[in-house]
Amino acid sequence: MTRLEALSAVYPRLEDRIVVTIMGAVAAELQSIGHRPNFFYLQHAMGLASSMGLGIALSKPDRQVIVFDGDGSVLMNLGGLTTLARYRPRNLTHVVFDNESLLSVGGFPTATATGSDLARIAAAAGVPRTETVTTIDAFTRAFDAALASGDLTSIVAKVDPVGPSAYVTDLSLLENRFQFQRYLRS
Amino acid sequence: MSPVSTANSRTVYDALKACGIGLVSALPETWLVHLIRMAEDDPDMILVRLAKEEEGVGISAGAHLAGVKSAMLMQNHGFLASINGIVSCAQLYRIPLLMLISYRGEFGERDPWQTEGGGVTEDLLRALKIPFSYLDRADHVVSRLAKAQTLALSSNKPVALLLCRDLMWEEP
Repeated sequence: MTRLEALSAVYPRLEDRIVVTIMGAVAAELQSIGHRPNFFYLQHAMGLASSMGLGIALSKPDRQVIVFDGDGSVLMNLGGLTTLARYRPRNLTHVVFDNESLLSVGGFPTATATGSDLARIAAAAGVPRTETVTTIDAFTRAFDAALASGDLTSIVAKVDPVGPSAYVTDLSLLENRFQFQRYLRS
Repeated sequence: MSPVSTANSRTVYDALKACGIGLVSALPETWLVHLIRMAEDDPDMILVRLAKEEEGVGISAGAHLAGVKSAMLMQNHGFLASINGIVSCAQLYRIPLLMLISYRGEFGERDPWQTEGGGVTEDLLRALKIPFSYLDRADHVVSRLAKAQTLALSSNKPVALLLCRDLMWEEP
């Protein structure tokens, strides 16, 4: 499964939901499918996308929030999983695209390449629903089950270490930020 | 009884409430114990206890974009631990952050392990071009906190208030 295939498979579900992504390939690929005002791409600050998702989920308890995270980013903020679990926002779905590498800086392997299991780490941190998936069908099923469950879920999607040819898009960071704020506050 | 001032902690907490703060992130430290308990006992306050202070930058960013005013409570070593998040989330994306930083390691500090961080706190704030002021007397807490919040919101940038020994600690 590629990340682009996975994003494309669930893209229709994102229309009315709040979406926060990490930098790099995830941001560029989601934009290549189609940017929407309810999508925010955290183009730096590795590790903090899940914290931003938590801040939004606690501030907007009636809205569903989806975070598209990555193995490198989660590994930079493992403590954040314990905070996520502690407050257990039932309106948050946390997807971790795990390609076992830091793809955008040359593909160096992360610790998930040598056995670290992010779904088990999330479960051990206290996240009530966790799952690792390796196919598009399993990912789509897990994603829909997470949205229907009404509980905090971490889905680790094992994806191929391939990405887009370019990471910079024509959407400026601040344009995205103010458009997203306007969407959240409207 | 802890020498941490309950009365002045209450003054700071009430000043946060007067600014419309609805979410506080915190990592416990001695000077912050009363403030954190006050947030915990307040049904109208969302308190997020962190594993590491940098998470608070992301949480405050999310809250701000969603229209909830927030504040971060941390020790100056927590500020040190948050700097990448402050630069690459709050400053890059023009997020107002109201940071209340307990200023350990200044004059009067008895704990040897706090003294190194105290010596670099102000220089780091200046290097990052973060406007800051001191909360060292109860009578200016309400006004300084409100003004700090006003500047954070009008500039869309982080601001810091240093919680000083003279305000937070009752031993001479």
